[in-house]
Amino acid sequence: MTREMTGAKMVVQALKDQGVDTVFGYPGGAVLPIYDEIFLQNDIRHILVRHEQGAVHAAEGYARSTGKPGVALVTSGPGATNAVTGLTDALMDSIPIVVLTGQVPTFMIGSDAFQEADTVGITRPCTKHNWLVKDTDSLSSTMHEAFHVATSGRPGPVLIDIPKDVQFATGQYSTPKPSTSHYQPVLKGDLEEITELVAAIETAKKPVFYTGGGVINSGPAASQLLRELVDATGFPITSTLMGLGAYPASGENWLGMLGMHGLYEANLAMHDCDLMINVGARFDDRITGRIDAFSPNSKKAHIDIDPSSINKVIRVDIPIVGDVAHVLEDVLKVWKARGRKTDAANVKQWQSQIAGWRKVNCLAYTASEKTIKPQHALQRLEELTKNHDRYITTEVGQHQMWAAQYLGFEDPNRWMTSGGLGTMGYGFPASVGVQMAHPDALVINVAGEASWLMNMQEMGTAVQYRLPVKQFILNNERLGMVRQWQELLHGERYSHSWSEALPDFVKLAEAFGAKGILCSDPADLDDAIMEMINYDGPVIFDCVVEKHENCFPMIPSGKAHNEMLLGEAETQGVIDSKGSVLV
Amino acid sequence: MTPLNIVKGSTRHSAYNLRPTFSDTQERHTLALLVENEPGVLARVIGLFSGRGYNIESLTVAEVDHTGHLSRITIVTTGTPQVIEQIKAQLGRIVPVHDVHDLTVEGPSVERELAIIKVVGEGEKRVEALRLADIFRANVVDSTLNSFIFEITGAPDKIDAFADLMRPLGLVEVARTGVAALLRGD
Ligand SMILES: Cc1ncc(C[n+]2csc(CCOP(=O)(O)OP(=O)(O)O)c2C)c(N)n1
Ligand SMILES: [Mg+2]
Repeated sequence: MTREMTGAKMVVQALKDQGVDTVFGYPGGAVLPIYDEIFLQNDIRHILVRHEQGAVHAAEGYARSTGKPGVALVTSGPGATNAVTGLTDALMDSIPIVVLTGQVPTFMIGSDAFQEADTVGITRPCTKHNWLVKDTDSLSSTMHEAFHVATSGRPGPVLIDIPKDVQFATGQYSTPKPSTSHYQPVLKGDLEEITELVAAIETAKKPVFYTGGGVINSGPAASQLLRELVDATGFPITSTLMGLGAYPASGENWLGMLGMHGLYEANLAMHDCDLMINVGARFDDRITGRIDAFSPNSKKAHIDIDPSSINKVIRVDIPIVGDVAHVLEDVLKVWKARGRKTDAANVKQWQSQIAGWRKVNCLAYTASEKTIKPQHALQRLEELTKNHDRYITTEVGQHQMWAAQYLGFEDPNRWMTSGGLGTMGYGFPASVGVQMAHPDALVINVAGEASWLMNMQEMGTAVQYRLPVKQFILNNERLGMVRQWQELLHGERYSHSWSEALPDFVKLAEAFGAKGILCSDPADLDDAIMEMINYDGPVIFDCVVEKHENCFPMIPSGKAHNEMLLGEAETQGVIDSKGSVLV
Repeated sequence: MTPLNIVKGSTRHSAYNLRPTFSDTQERHTLALLVENEPGVLARVIGLFSGRGYNIESLTVAEVDHTGHLSRITIVTTGTPQVIEQIKAQLGRIVPVHDVHDLTVEGPSVERELAIIKVVGEGEKRVEALRLADIFRANVVDSTLNSFIFEITGAPDKIDAFADLMRPLGLVEVARTGVAALLRGD
């Protein structure tokens, strides 16, 4: 069915027809017709952010916490270029978002018009796909196709660039139809490979599940099936930063996160296993450490919807291209049909070997009664919030790794962090997006003071929309992660890794009309956290922590999983000159 | 395995060895892509090669299906077997790419390229150039008293060979189309 309307109206209509309820945006000359249409309706809420980067991260937070695509709307030129970091972030972490940009009118494209930028050119490498719409008749079908591309296969960010004359002109609007595009990624895995995986499961003596963000992206069914398979086999399971929550942290077979700052038992299990089942992860360099020493004796299976992830970094023995939920369903079916076999005796021995590693207690740290240790702050935060309907976002740095280590996630979509790109400034706007999607939930951004300042302008958004987001800042007055690397790799020359002029965060909160809480004494911590939780509105919590704490365990760049550092005593001169070239 | 046996200041392992130990042999592959002929599709393909550090030896593109708006891109690239596999997988996930064929693997295939070559010279050299052109079945498409433009079609190495022979005879300019290729048989 088609109807005639203006391009601007089509944009709003297509968003409605795609089930969008929230748009994060910032107006400007090239999108005014669309803003006019937004003004004239009440179905879609528009959230005015304070910077376009914030709009995109908020859309990401919305998407990660709901599984639905997030939407951002920005103007041409500077609006579009400000969106680039968010697009790249979403590309690296496979987050489905749709970004709409205004563009100068078609007849002015190429003339260096005011606020003209080659938006599709600039964003081509940082989107899954993008479109410049040159006539109004093709606008609605492009919008529908954009949602299809963003959400199918390996999800990712897409961008539609809409010239202003296309917004003003009238054309035929068509309602969404099942996609007829050739872009239809395969969901089912190859049955032969799946059977090979099942055979490997049946005989493995030291198996481990290594799961990632792909499980979360595949949807709640994937997490359910994963839990069923893990619990039925009794195989230990670890996860990347992106996959936390797919398997519950309280689950019996949970090893904790793996990787550069992952848990000792998780990394050693990866190193020593004889069967590695990678489910929706991508052998990122934060995970593998030194490639030629990565899990040397294991057979490796890899389930991924993106064929380019397979054999990109690590050669695998059993490649399965498909959607995690579809593949796990078939794995379970075949495994059950063949009699639910495992080598229980050996797996049991493996579990006790792992229990031995666990006794090392790698997350132990030296407690203090004088200063708040960041680890302690997170343990208290966990204790006092774990029974809430809770969502966590983070910034990037030490605090992010500590949050991943000390907070427990029982469900998918509860943990939103910038993994692939490591974007400082992600967490605060992301928390805004999460809170919009879950108005009654407790949404906490675990932040470092430096990262938080990168998008602090979003306080205005939080206050304007009464979003009770809690900004839990672990304030070490340092670019802590940079400082840690300088200590370990650069002879303790702390070049520009601290801020000398930090704001008074309590006054800053008050200046925005929010609540500020300062806490520097471990004795006050619980009360202060409770005060934060109980306050009905946005809070900046300035948690003054130990300034020189390092984040352990740590696998230094260029080292293998079994060359992990557990604490301060082991750090002297441990990274060689070649390792220091790596990031 | 004994965990945590880190020698302080250890340099036992090269940190550079970040790539897996796949085969190092460089292979030359001809890839044929069928893509939607939409704006920017060529930029996507080229951007993929430059962004990920792959080689392009030759690239040709033209619309081959005018009603379906499909173009065929033929790319000749070199890399280790693992890199070639990555290139194909990465090309395959570009949204407007319909098909990726590795003609080198799926072959045998027929590869052709057209070149026009300008040779300037007089006397004996001029005669020799004409004689060689005849052997290579190159046609003269333009001539003056002291120059020829030859047109030659063939596999890229035939064109290389012809150009090499023309060099001492006064070759001044070459224009090549890049490779077009098709699988043999049906
Ligand atoms: C946009 C951006 N710029 C620079 C970096 C490099 N970087 C990584 S962590 C870090 C320090 C973060 O400091 P803070 O937010 O205070 O966290 P902390 O490590 O102290 O917990 C920096 C500068 C980055 N990840 N992102
Ligand atoms: Mg800090």
